[in-house]
Formats: sequence, C-alpha cells, structure tokens
Amino acid sequence: MPSLHALANPARFLRVARPLTPWLTGLGAVLIALGCWAGLVRTPPDYLQGETVRILYVHVPAAWLGMAGWSSVAGASLAYLVWRHPLAQVAARAAAVPGAVFAAVCLVTGSIWGRPTWGTWWQWDGRLTSMLLLFFVYLGYLSLARADAERGGDGRVPAVYGVAGTVLLPVIRYSVVWWNTLHQGPSIGLTRSSIDPAILWPLPIMLTGFTCVFAGVVLMRMRALLAVARAEARMRRMARI
Amino acid sequence: MNQWAFVAAAYAVALGGTVALAAASWWAMRRGEK
Repeated sequence: MPSLHALANPARFLRVARPLTPWLTGLGAVLIALGCWAGLVRTPPDYLQGETVRILYVHVPAAWLGMAGWSSVAGASLAYLVWRHPLAQVAARAAAVPGAVFAAVCLVTGSIWGRPTWGTWWQWDGRLTSMLLLFFVYLGYLSLARADAERGGDGRVPAVYGVAGTVLLPVIRYSVVWWNTLHQGPSIGLTRSSIDPAILWPLPIMLTGFTCVFAGVVLMRMRALLAVARAEARMRRMARI
Repeated sequence: MNQWAFVAAAYAVALGGTVALAAASWWAMRRGEK
C-alpha cells in the first residue's frame, strides 16, 4: 500500500506512466498477434463446434476485461471515497471507457458465436442479460461522471455509483450456476479447465495481450485527463491575475 | 453455413474495436499533453 500511496502523486505517477504506456501497449500488440496466429492457424477445430471455437480466443478476453474494467472502476472509486485522492477519481474515469468497449465486444462476439452454435443471435438468459446490464451500467457511469465534471462536482456521486455497480459482478459470474442458461457453465478455472489443452493454450497468450493493451489504454486516458485538469487549473490561475 | 465467416467477423469486431480504442486514447493523450 505505501507504494500505491507514493504513486498517488500525479507528478510521480506521470514519471512511471510515460515510459510504461508504449511498453505495455506494444507488448500487448505483439502477444495478441501471436495469439491470433496460434488460435487461427495452430489449433485444431473442436469436434462439436468446428472452426467457431476459435471465437473463444477473443470472446473470453473481452468478457474478462469487461468485468475487470468494472472492478477497476469500483476499486478506484472506493479509494477516492476513502482517501479523497483526485488521481483515484481519474483512474476510475479512465478505466470506464475501455471497460465499456470490451463489454460491448464481448456481447457482439458472443452473439456472432451464438448464431452457428445455438442457432440464435440472442437469448434473454442469465449470462447474456447480466452482461448487457453491465454495459448499460458503464454507460450510466460515463454519463454521470461527465455531468459531474461539467457541473464542477467533487466526484462523490459517480464514485458511489462505481462502488454500487459492483453488485452486478457476482451475478454475471454465477449466472450460469444459479440459473439454467443457454450459455455453458464455467469451463475455465484457476487450476483446471474442461477445455482440451490442445485448444486452450493460445487463450492465456490472448488474455495477457489484451490485458496489457487495456492497461496501456487506461494509462493513456489517465494522462489525457490529467493534462486537461492541468490546463483547466492554469486557465483558472490566469483568470485570477 | 461457412463457419470461417463467423470467425472472421468476431476477430474483426474484437481487433477493430481494440485498435480504434487504443488509437482514440493515444490521440486524446497526445492532444492533451501538447
């Protein structure tokens, strides 16, 4: 925790973020390219799903980042409410846009996978509906954060919303256990998986690659928000002179 | 039903979305820090 508090200083944060941004994004791009090659060329088709099983290499990372994005928003919002550090508020706002994009990518790629596999683009089952709700929760947060910033608010309302939205995460995670859904049950765990290793192995590469790009994008957006805040502070100082 | 068409569409959405997100964020960062 002391190191996190040290990074809460914007100048110190920027000294770390500037070199880290291109490295994370570049590493992510290389890993995604490697994962695409592995997933599209080096793995066999599934005996039931055929070639469409390859969609899992982009769908699962998108689902993971859609949920991890909201965990970041909630964690940073909680840190802002507890320690009142503006950098935590900036981090929450910066994670919301990529989180929303990956939640949308998860929904669209899942729909594309569903058509040849289930015979339908969409089904109002527990997993799909809760993921769609998460996407709408992201949109609500982005609107609220923008309105709060424009009205000169202190960011507490979006922060409370960010923490409250966390209730949706266990619903998404356990929807396939609690309800009888069209979406298959949990097939990937931390220690074991029901997916054959011959098909599974590119997935960690893609998960790491997309996560690196996500982190790079969050740093870019934090730097952009900090630059805007600095410019606004400069304008206010000049207006006083 | 050509399964590869669905695979191509899913990868186009995922990779296109990621590239567009990274490009928009990079542009916003560059414009802000200029």
